[in-house]
Amino acid sequence: MHGLINRSIQHFLRDTYGAPLWQAVAEVACVPAAGFEAMLPYDDGLTFAMLDAAADRLGKPRAALLEDFGAFLVTLEPLRRLLRFGGVDYADFLVSLNELPARGRMALPELDLPHLTLSAEPDGRLLLRVQGQVPGWGLVLAGLLRAVADDYGALALIDRVPLDDGRDLVTVHLLDESHASGRRFDLAQPVAP
Amino acid sequence: MTAGQPQTPVAEVSAAALGRLMPMFLWLGAQGEIRAVGPTLAKVCGSSLGLVGQPFAEHFTITSPHHATVPTTMRALAGKRLHLTPRREPGTGLRGLAVPVGPAAQGGVLFNLSFGVGIAEAVRDHGLTDTDFAPTELAMELLYLQEAKAAVMSELLALNARLQTAQRAAEAQALSDPLTGLANRRALERELARTAAETARGGASFALAHIDLDHFKAVNDTLGHAAGDHVLIHVADVLRAEARRSDLVARVGGDEFVLLLRGAIDLAVLQALGERVITRLEAPFAYEGAPCRISASIGIALSQCYDPPDAERMATDADAALYAAKRGGRGRCIVLGQGAPRAASSLAAAAAAPPSA
Repeated sequence: MHGLINRSIQHFLRDTYGAPLWQAVAEVACVPAAGFEAMLPYDDGLTFAMLDAAADRLGKPRAALLEDFGAFLVTLEPLRRLLRFGGVDYADFLVSLNELPARGRMALPELDLPHLTLSAEPDGRLLLRVQGQVPGWGLVLAGLLRAVADDYGALALIDRVPLDDGRDLVTVHLLDESHASGRRFDLAQPVAP
Repeated sequence: MTAGQPQTPVAEVSAAALGRLMPMFLWLGAQGEIRAVGPTLAKVCGSSLGLVGQPFAEHFTITSPHHATVPTTMRALAGKRLHLTPRREPGTGLRGLAVPVGPAAQGGVLFNLSFGVGIAEAVRDHGLTDTDFAPTELAMELLYLQEAKAAVMSELLALNARLQTAQRAAEAQALSDPLTGLANRRALERELARTAAETARGGASFALAHIDLDHFKAVNDTLGHAAGDHVLIHVADVLRAEARRSDLVARVGGDEFVLLLRGAIDLAVLQALGERVITRLEAPFAYEGAPCRISASIGIALSQCYDPPDAERMATDADAALYAAKRGGRGRCIVLGQGAPRAASSLAAAAAAPPSA
């Protein structure tokens, strides 16, 4: 797994549950002492060892942890901005999800993001098929899509349905495009203070 | 225009519709007057409706091709890649293409412009949003890429900084003795080779002093290893105090030390230095209440005695002098002087010489 993803999980655990929890998880999962380097690759097993150790220690199902992680990603301003480049509004953003792996590769050619296919149901719901190299991406996506909906100020019901073949289905029911004012997004990068 | 295609207009489009298709279009009439302008271009020029009816030349400068003017060379510009800047916003570069529109007699041209590589600055300077760009433009992707690249670069720079710090620490570790903090054998060999090469090229001469502790084993055996370590640290402190900033002090074995003394040093000064070190080391000191008594034997070789300076031979000779000092009764310093016999076999003679008190 790419170090960027591992380090994001590390930051998620440390920022959400505190440094002592992260230390304990790192010890159990045999994470390198200095934590993950964002620009180095790591064995997939390490990622799952870390998630299992955290779930175990927090007494929380791994699924819930992954959804929370997805939501946490949107709190990272650089990532939030990169996601918001995907569309003018939430509906537009959802359409751009088809391009997510390509956008990921544009930023970092080694980044292996899951393959996403968006389709519309007759009742207006959107179905997002998630096919990643490793399981769990559907949960991360569900958490992330909820947080992005909030960011745009859209009201949407989002659920993740595991499929038999190990893939995930994420359903998006967009109820109100402009439910709230949402967070501001300027194309121009804010000037560093 | 491709041969065979009709020269007749293909479609009639309103200025508003054209503005949505090409938000940075500019339509000029035969006299170079602005007839319509796309909404984004109007925003960038700092005035919206004010532009229509005004002469092009009042609002824009053509920067390339050079000497092109409107309306004189207007039709000649058609089909060529153009660079221009709005007069009121000279910092915003625009590039694009013009094609002739309307009947030839009317001589109008239509420009389609974009920001090119300066897009991020234009977005910032003019407060543009995604709706200011045509969906066909790769503006969003370019901005996205710019931010993604900046984020990745900052991660890489941070990684490089961490790796460099780790490398420096590892290098320092690899070159120092963990107990005393002195240079280790590897560091000494490196410095000695470098110094000898410098001297061979005409640089300053140097001296090599090999120091071996006397009675150290007794301290170790009777008071334990902790006491032994304490002694070694004490010796390191004494040597550091006696060395000058340009010298190198190394611990090269259990109780063996080497001083690399740079610069031409008088024989007598070296002899005095060796004796001062021995005197300081012989001064009794206590370890946890128990007295520790040690001494040292020293053998010194000078680079002036070798032509060219040979680090390896100097080390062998300094060792030989050191063992001669030991054989001569320990607690003494032998300097192989200028003109002194250099071969190890002749060292007995040097050792036999009475040690200077």
